[in-house]
Amino acid sequence: MLWGSNARETHPIYFHHVLKGIHNGAALYVVDPRRTSSAQWADRWLGLDVGTDIVLAHAAGREILSAGLHDREFIERATSEFDAYRKAVEPYTLERAERESGVPGEAIRDLAHAYAKAPTAQLCWTLGITEHHNAVDNVRALINLALLTGHVGRYGSGLCPLRGQNNVQGGGDMGALPDRLTGFQHVENPALRSKFEAAWNCRIPPKKGWHLSGMFDAMERGDLTTLYVLGENPVVSEADKDRALRLMNGLDFLVVQDILFTQTAEIADVVLPAQAGWAESEGTVTSSERKVQRVRRAVQPPPGCRDDMQIIFDLANHMGHEWGEPDSETMWNELRTLSPMHAGMSYERLEKLGGIRWPCYDESHPGELFLHGRLWADPLIGPRAPFAPVEHCPPVDVLDDEFPIRLTTGRRLDSYNTGVQSSQYASPMRWGETLDLSPEDGQMHGLAEFERVRVSSRRGAVEARVRFDPGLRPGLAFMTTHFPDEVDTNRLTIDAVDPKSGTAEFKATAIRVDKIGAAATGS
Amino acid sequence: MSDYPTPDAPSLTIPVPRGPLPSTPDRGAGPPVTLEVDGEAVTVPAGSTLLDACSKRGVDTPTLCYLETLSPVNVCRVCVVELEGSRTLVPACSRPAAEGMVVSTDSERVRLSRRMVLEFLSSSNDVETAPELQEYMERYGADPERYGSRNGQAATQAQPTKIDNELYVRDYSKCILCYKCVEACGVDAQNTFAIAVAGRGFESHIATEFDVPLPDSACVYCGNCIGVCPTGALMFKSEHDLRNAGEWDESQQETTDTICPYCGVGCTLTLHTQDNRIVKATSPLDQEVTSGNLCIKGRFGWQFVGGGKSGSSGS
Amino acid sequence: MDLHFTSDRPSDDEISAVDALLGPAVSRWAGGERSDPAEGQTAVGGHRTSGRRHLLLPVLHAVQWRVGWISRGALNYACRRLDVPPAEAYGVASFYDMLSMEPQHAVVARVCDDIACLARGADELCSKLEESLGPAAHSGQRTPSNWVRSPCLGLCERAPAVLVTGAGEQPSNCVSAPASPSSVLRCIRFPAPGVSDRQPAEVSVPQAGDASLDLLRRIGSSGALSLDGYRASGGLSALRLALRKGRDWVLREVEASRLVGRGGAAFPTGVKWRAVAGASGTKYLVCNADESEPGTFKDRVLMEGDPFAIVEAIAIASYATECERAYVYIRGEYPRATERLRFAIAEFEEAGLLKSACPIEIRRGAGAYICGEETALFNSIEGYRGEPRNKPPYPTEVGLFGKPTLVNNVETLANVPRILLQGGSDFAAIGTEGSRGPKLFCLSGHVERPGVYEARFGVSVRELIDMAGGVAGTGKLQAVLVGGAAGAFLAPNELDAPFTFEGMRAVGATVGSAVVMPFDDSVDLALILLRIAEFFREESCGQCVPCRVGTVRQDELLQRLREGRFIGSMDQERALLQDISQVMRDASICGLGHTAASAVDSALARFPIFSRSHP
Repeated sequence: MLWGSNARETHPIYFHHVLKGIHNGAALYVVDPRRTSSAQWADRWLGLDVGTDIVLAHAAGREILSAGLHDREFIERATSEFDAYRKAVEPYTLERAERESGVPGEAIRDLAHAYAKAPTAQLCWTLGITEHHNAVDNVRALINLALLTGHVGRYGSGLCPLRGQNNVQGGGDMGALPDRLTGFQHVENPALRSKFEAAWNCRIPPKKGWHLSGMFDAMERGDLTTLYVLGENPVVSEADKDRALRLMNGLDFLVVQDILFTQTAEIADVVLPAQAGWAESEGTVTSSERKVQRVRRAVQPPPGCRDDMQIIFDLANHMGHEWGEPDSETMWNELRTLSPMHAGMSYERLEKLGGIRWPCYDESHPGELFLHGRLWADPLIGPRAPFAPVEHCPPVDVLDDEFPIRLTTGRRLDSYNTGVQSSQYASPMRWGETLDLSPEDGQMHGLAEFERVRVSSRRGAVEARVRFDPGLRPGLAFMTTHFPDEVDTNRLTIDAVDPKSGTAEFKATAIRVDKIGAAATGS
Repeated sequence: MSDYPTPDAPSLTIPVPRGPLPSTPDRGAGPPVTLEVDGEAVTVPAGSTLLDACSKRGVDTPTLCYLETLSPVNVCRVCVVELEGSRTLVPACSRPAAEGMVVSTDSERVRLSRRMVLEFLSSSNDVETAPELQEYMERYGADPERYGSRNGQAATQAQPTKIDNELYVRDYSKCILCYKCVEACGVDAQNTFAIAVAGRGFESHIATEFDVPLPDSACVYCGNCIGVCPTGALMFKSEHDLRNAGEWDESQQETTDTICPYCGVGCTLTLHTQDNRIVKATSPLDQEVTSGNLCIKGRFGWQFVGGGKSGSSGS
Repeated sequence: MDLHFTSDRPSDDEISAVDALLGPAVSRWAGGERSDPAEGQTAVGGHRTSGRRHLLLPVLHAVQWRVGWISRGALNYACRRLDVPPAEAYGVASFYDMLSMEPQHAVVARVCDDIACLARGADELCSKLEESLGPAAHSGQRTPSNWVRSPCLGLCERAPAVLVTGAGEQPSNCVSAPASPSSVLRCIRFPAPGVSDRQPAEVSVPQAGDASLDLLRRIGSSGALSLDGYRASGGLSALRLALRKGRDWVLREVEASRLVGRGGAAFPTGVKWRAVAGASGTKYLVCNADESEPGTFKDRVLMEGDPFAIVEAIAIASYATECERAYVYIRGEYPRATERLRFAIAEFEEAGLLKSACPIEIRRGAGAYICGEETALFNSIEGYRGEPRNKPPYPTEVGLFGKPTLVNNVETLANVPRILLQGGSDFAAIGTEGSRGPKLFCLSGHVERPGVYEARFGVSVRELIDMAGGVAGTGKLQAVLVGGAAGAFLAPNELDAPFTFEGMRAVGATVGSAVVMPFDDSVDLALILLRIAEFFREESCGQCVPCRVGTVRQDELLQRLREGRFIGSMDQERALLQDISQVMRDASICGLGHTAASAVDSALARFPIFSRSHP
C-alpha cells in the first residue's frame, strides 16, 4: 500500500521492486488525491480529498474491526492502548468517511479487507502523509493499521517512510535532530549524554533544541539571530516564502555552506563553498531501508571548495579547539564507539557487504533486514507498541468561495526539490513550472493549455502557466517547487506547522485561479 | 489535539530494543544437477542453465543478448552448444541444465554456427563500438566480407543516426536486435514500454509507437536501455559528443562507486571520470537495490558537480 | 499501467469499430468519457483489469476491416481500452501483412504470386493488373495502391488466385480463383458484403462423391453445411459415443490408432492427448488452422467443405482432455473457412453440443506464415508478436497463456471421428508400418486436375500425380516439389518413392503438409527457387539471427548465382550457401529457420540450376 506517495516518479528504483511484486501477483493499493503514475499501476486507487488521511485510515481500521479481521493475538501480546483506539475509530463509519474524504465507502472497505487479509503487506508513505500540520498524527494513524493487522516486524510485512533525500535518514541517525544524539540516543537522558560528554571532552546542553520551523519562530521572537546553513535552501524551500525571506533577512549573521550559489547564499553574510558530498568527498549515507553505504570521491572539487568536514574542523580549530585534520574513517570509527546500532559497521565491512542495515551491533552481526521483529518474540522483548487514538483535523488553510481550489505540491520525475541540482541537466521531459488543473477546471475558467494565469492564496500570488492533467479532478491543483526562478510556489503555501515534527503543511493550500486578460500585463 | 502516549519520551532510551535476528525465509531449491561439459563432469545448483554449467567448467561462452539481470530471450544464438540427443544446437543461455546431459561447446558444428552468427551480424551492422562482438569475431574467424556488404551487394541496417533529444543518441545501424533494451524498458526493469520490436524479418527494428521521436514517446530517459546495449547503438549523448570530438578515451577513464545524491533509495552510482570530470554514470548489475538500473536523475543528474553548467570551467 | 499516449485521437468510426467488439468503455481510465465524477476519486485497475491483451489482434482486425488501416488515434484508443502500451501494440500491428499502418484503399486485391500460381499464370495476371491499376503497393509505401502481391493464399488448386478484401461497415471478401484481370477488377469495383466465391468447396475435391473416402466423404454432399444434414449423414455419432464411453476410452482409441500429427511434425497424437489429459488445472485446446505452407490447401477445403466434422472433433478432443476453452486459429486469408466454421460452432453451441466439451472461439490470423508455428501461434493469440518460443518447455506443459495446451492441426482432428467410430486399431491397420491411416494430399502446379486427394499412406508420388490426371503444361515433368516450400524437390526418377514418413525420409524429403507440386520442363526452376527464398526472407519473424539474416543472405546469394556475379568463385559461393543452410538448420529457434534452406538444398543437389550464368 502506497499512501501519499508517488513512488513511480519520486522513488523510481524502489518502484522497480514494487513492480516485481506486482508481476509476481502482489496487489497494489494507492491512496493519493491525484491519480498519479503510481496510482495507475494500482489494483485500487483511492483519491481522497487532501488532508483526510486519518478519516480514511480510521474508517479502514473500524471496518477491519467490525469484520473481525484484526489480529487479536498480536494485539493482545504486543500492543497497548487498543481499547482507546477502538473507541477512537468508532465514529468513523464508511458513510462518514465517504462524506469527508470523497472516496466511496466501498473502496475503503475494499482496501481494509485487502490489507487485513493479505498474508504479508507493506505500508509505505511519503510526504503526502508528513507535509501536513498534523503529520505525526497521520503517521500514527497508519501505524495503527499495521498494529491492528500484525503487518509489522515480519518478513514481507512492515511500515516504511520512503525517504526523499539520499541521506535524510543518515542525518537523523547521526543526531541531526533537535532531541537526539548520534544513534537516536536521547539528549535528555543523563547517562547517554555523559557518555558523549566523556568521549568528546565537552559539555552538551541537556535540553533538546529547535527543529527547523521552531527556528523560524525563534527568529520571529528574536531568540535566534545567527544561522549557519549547510546544504539547505530555506529561502526557497520554506512554506510561506515571504515570511521566511523576511526573517532570514532580519538575522544578524547568516552563514551558508553549499556546493552551488543558492538563493539562500545570495542573502548570506558569509558563503563557504563546499564539495559535493557524494562525488567529491569520502563518507557514508543511510538510505530509506536503514542501509549505511559508502560515498566516495570520484573527482577533485573545484578550486576553493572544501569538504564539509574540513570546514567544520577549521572552524573548531579557529575557535581554539585542537581538532587537527579530519579523516572520514577516523570520525566514523569514533561514532561506532558511541552509537551501538552502528558499532559493527567498519569501513572494511561496508565495502565488502556493499552496505549494512542498522542496527548492526558488532562486527559479526549482519545488520537487520527489518525492524520490530521483537514484537513477535515470545515473550515480548521491550515495551509494547502503543496504538494512537488520534483524531482527524482538517487542513488549516480552509477552502471558501474566495479560495475554492485545493493546491497540493510534490515532485516530478526528472526534477528535485528546489532544482539546485536537477536544473543543471537538460531533461527532454521538462516543461518548466505549471499550475496543473483538471481539464474541467480549465474549461470552467475558459483557459487554454499553457495560458498564463494568476494564482493567489491568502499569503501571496504568483503567475504560472496552466497545464491540464486528467489525473486531477475539479477543485484539485498541483504544483512543484522545482523552478523557483520561474514560479515561486512557496509564496502560496502556508507555514501551518506540525508541532511534533516541525513540518509545514505544504500539501494543503487554498488558492484561487484568475485568468489574465489578453491585454492585461498581469503584474 | 488528543493526548496519547509516545513510546520514546518516557524511556529516553534507544528506541529499538535488540530483538531476534530477522532472516529471509528459506525457499528450498531442488537437488544439484550433474552433467558433462566437454568431457568433464560438472555439478551445478538446481535451476542453473547450460551457460552456468559452462562457466563453472571454465568455458568462456560468447553471449550478446544475454544479461544476468534480464530474462533470457535466446535470440542471438551465439551461445549455442551441442547437446547429445538434440537434433539442433541449443542456446546455452536459456536451456536448463538437466541431470546426465552431455554438452560440447567447441565442436565443428558449434564453431560454424557461432562464426556464421557473427558474420551475419557484422555483415549487417556497424560493429565499430561493439568491442565484445569484435573479440568474438576474431575468436571464431568471422569474415563479413563474404557477403558483399561493403560494395552494396548485401542488405544492411545502415541508416542515419537518430538524435532527437539532449540525452540519448540512437544509431540503429549498430543495432543487432538483441532485445535487451526492450526488456530493460519493459517488465525486466523499467516497465515503461516506450520501445518494442516492430516490423518483421530483416525489417524488424526497435521502435516507439509509429516510430515517433523519443520526446513524443513514453520514454522517461532512465537510460536503462543504454546501460544494457552491447553494441553502442544506444549511447549517452555526452559520450557520443566526446567521441565525435575525439576526446573519448576509455584508457584514461576511472570508475568510482558512490551513492546517488537524490532520493533516499540508495542507488549505487558508478561514476566514470576522465580528466577529473564525470563522463558517464552507470550502476553495477550485482547491486541488490538497482540491478544496474537507474532513473533519469541518477543517470544524468550529476552535471551540477564541479559547479554546474556555468561554473564547470573551474573544474 | 502508467501508459503514455500521443495526442492523436480516434475517429468515430474507429471508436465504434472497437466498441462493437469490446462493448463501451467501463470508465474514463479505460478510454471512456470523463462524465462520472465518482471516477475522479477511485479506480479499479492492476490485476483486476488486466488480462485483456489477448483481444489486441481482434481489435486491430476490427479497425482494419472497418477503416482499411490503423491510424495513430485508433491504436491509442485500442491501447487505452486494453491497457496495452502503444509501442508494443505497434510492434504487434506492424508484424502482420494484412494490417496496414498507412492509409490505403478500402478495397485491396491480394494477388498470389507464389510458386503454384507462378506456374499457372500469376506473372501474366500481375502485368495485366499493373497495366490497369498501376504498380502494386509495397509495405511501408506511402502511395496506396488497389493491389498487392501476396504469398501463397492457399488456393493453389485454383491458380492463379486472388483475394479481394474490402473494409467498411460491412466488410467484403471476394475470392477470385482462377482469376482473370476482369474478375479481379470486378471484385475491386463491386465489393459485395460478406464472403463471395463463385465456386463451391467441392470443386477442389476431384474425388467428391466417392463413398469409399474417409476424410472427404461428406464434402459436396447435402450433409455438409447444416447441422441437421450433418446429423443425418452420420455426424455427431462419434461425439455421442465418446460421451458414452468416457474420456479414457477416447484416449485409448486415439493412442491405438497410431495417428500422428498432420501439420508437418508428425508427433503421435495420442501421446499429446494423454499428456494434456494428465495435466491439472486450466488447459487449452488449439486447433491450428493457420495453413500457410505454400502449396497447401487441404485444411481450407476441410473447413469449407465439412465444417461440422471439425467442430465435432474439437468437441471430442476438449472433452477427452478436459480443456477449459478451445481456440481455432485460422489464417486471415481464409474468409469462407472462417465463416463456415463460425456457423458450425454457433450451431453446436445452440444445440447444446458443447456442454460436455468447452466453448470454442475463432481467432483470425492477419497474414504471417510464422503463426502456423505452434508457439508463435500462442503469442499471436495472446496479443504479442508472432515470434516462436524456445522449446522446451513444450506446449503440453507450458502452452497458451502459460498453461498446458493441446495443439492439433485441422486434418489431424478430422481423423478423430473415424477413429472412434471404426476403432483405433482399424485405423492403425491402414497404411504402412511408420505411417498409418488415410491421408490428404495437395496437388497443384502442373497437374491436369489439381485438388485435394485422399489416399492411403503408401501411395507413391507417381500414383498421386496420376490420380490428378498426370503432368499438365508441356506434359514433360522437370521436378516435383513435395512437402511444401519447407520441403524438397524430387527428380522425375524418384517418383516411385512412397509418400510416407519413412519413404520421404529415404529420398531426403519430408511429408510436410503433403504438397505435391509438379513443374513441367518449361518452368525456370531458378525462378521458383528465388521465389521460395524470397518467401522465407519475407516470412522470417526476425527474432533469431540465423533465420533473420540467413534467409536474406540465402536470397541474395541465389540472385548472385542467377546473375553470375560471384563474390570470389562459384565454388566459394556454393560453400557459403552450405554454411548458411547449416547455421539456419542448426541454430534457428524454430522450424521456419530449420527448413528455410531445405528446398533450395534439395534442388541444387539434383538439378544443374545455376551451372550456366545468366546475363
